Amino acid sequence: MSEFLHMGGYAFYVWTSYGLALAILLWQLLAPLRQHRQLLARLRRKYRQSSQAGNKS
Amino acid sequence: MTNSLLAAFVVILRRDLTLALRTRSEIANPLLFFVIVISLFPLAVSPEPKVLQTLAPGVIWVAALLATMLSLDSIFRSDFEDGALEQMLLSPHSTSILVLAKVLAHWLVTGVPLILLSPLLGVLLNLPTEAMPALLATLALGTPVLSLVGAIGVALTVGLRRGGVLLSLLVLPLYIPVLIFASNAIATAGAGLEIRGQLYFLAALLALALTLSPFATAAALRISLR
Amino acid sequence: MWSFFHRLASPKHFYAFAGRLIPWLGWITLLLMLAGLYTGLFVAPTDYQQGESYRIIFVHVPAAWMSMFVYMVMAISGGIGLVWKMKMADIVAASAAPIGAAFTFLALVTGSLWGKPMWGTWWIWDARLTSELILLFLYLGFIALGSAIEDKRTAANACAVLALVGLVNIPIIHYSVEWWNTLHQGSTVTRFDRPAMATSMLIPLLIMFLAYKIYFFLVLFMRTRAEILDRERNTGWVKQLVTEAS
Repeated sequence: MSEFLHMGGYAFYVWTSYGLALAILLWQLLAPLRQHRQLLARLRRKYRQSSQAGNKS
Repeated sequence: MTNSLLAAFVVILRRDLTLALRTRSEIANPLLFFVIVISLFPLAVSPEPKVLQTLAPGVIWVAALLATMLSLDSIFRSDFEDGALEQMLLSPHSTSILVLAKVLAHWLVTGVPLILLSPLLGVLLNLPTEAMPALLATLALGTPVLSLVGAIGVALTVGLRRGGVLLSLLVLPLYIPVLIFASNAIATAGAGLEIRGQLYFLAALLALALTLSPFATAAALRISLR
Repeated sequence: MWSFFHRLASPKHFYAFAGRLIPWLGWITLLLMLAGLYTGLFVAPTDYQQGESYRIIFVHVPAAWMSMFVYMVMAISGGIGLVWKMKMADIVAASAAPIGAAFTFLALVTGSLWGKPMWGTWWIWDARLTSELILLFLYLGFIALGSAIEDKRTAANACAVLALVGLVNIPIIHYSVEWWNTLHQGSTVTRFDRPAMATSMLIPLLIMFLAYKIYFFLVLFMRTRAEILDRERNTGWVKQLVTEAS
């Protein structure tokens, strides 16, 4: 196992590459998820406000 | 019909040239910039003739690129601001031909003086005499490409208030092939070798830019002016 | 068949369709990634020349391939939006750009990490890396232009023109960079070119490539869904969707 992690002396390069790939791919995946959720919440608030305003008048 | 198109082409060309000659500083400033940038290199790197000689082709071409970039905005900016551009789009003539007239005017005003000035700068940078014809030839083939491709970028950013930096972001990557082949041709000629291949490639780029860029520019203008 | 595509052109239907597809794409991506990692890290043998460091190609090369592919997707859908005034094509083009830029960036960084043990320096003006760097500039220019123009439709069309100009230019840039590189580096063979790759190394590479590709469509659909909601916020169906969900 430790030999596997050692990567024949190239551990730093190999694992940084894989780590960066994972980080970038995950970030790309999570960013639209969060954006979508925030947008839904914002739209929900907006519609609620406008419907309340409509009820009052 | 073709006659009236030609007449429109000539009218626009003459008008742009007259306007440019009336504001001489606009012609002179990019040239001055070109000279100053080039004279910075011996100061920054080394006045050693050998070093300058290897740097010269690249430095002259990068400076030409930047000087063209600075003058690009003038192709459409003032016409956009006073509404003349809108009139041009409304005219019955093909917009791409009219665009070509404007680009030609821009090249005559900025590209040609650059070419005329370049041997002097070549001397300043210790460029060998054998490389001088190559310098002139690459500039003659390359600067029209810079104007043509740059026109697309200006047309895309003309509606924006601060389009200057954005313009260079859009256009400079597209200039890379011209830069590579032109500066290489000069260096190769300096070593006394054959450069026909590089010149053919630059000519091919010019032909491609000449046929495609007016259409892209016209389309971009229509989008920007909507 | 045609009516299916016509319906996809409407943001409302695309939103629903992409929503149904996303979980599937997510699971497939996960499975392929795991398979690719397993075969790439455990099954593929050690390279006799480069040792273990060659294993970086399993994350690097697919990213480089995808960076080109995404640009094509972006330019073509931008062109479709420009010519046929199709709103969905504009949205797809705008959503693809950041993903493509991320792939390009990943290809650059992993290429540099691979280059360090191979060449001894972090950066070398290798043809492939240089092309990739210029491609990153093209992506960033596209994104910058898109965010500088306020009106969404104008932005989409202007970006489409830029992407198409870039698409014509990419082969020229690629060729000139290759040519420039062979002149300056002479006989040094670029390390990324492997004339004949052993099948046991090729399989994980292809699996990873497939994983990246499905992943791209997964993220693309997620981005387009968010973008659709944002652009269609004043329409009845979005209002209904949002209020019913809560």
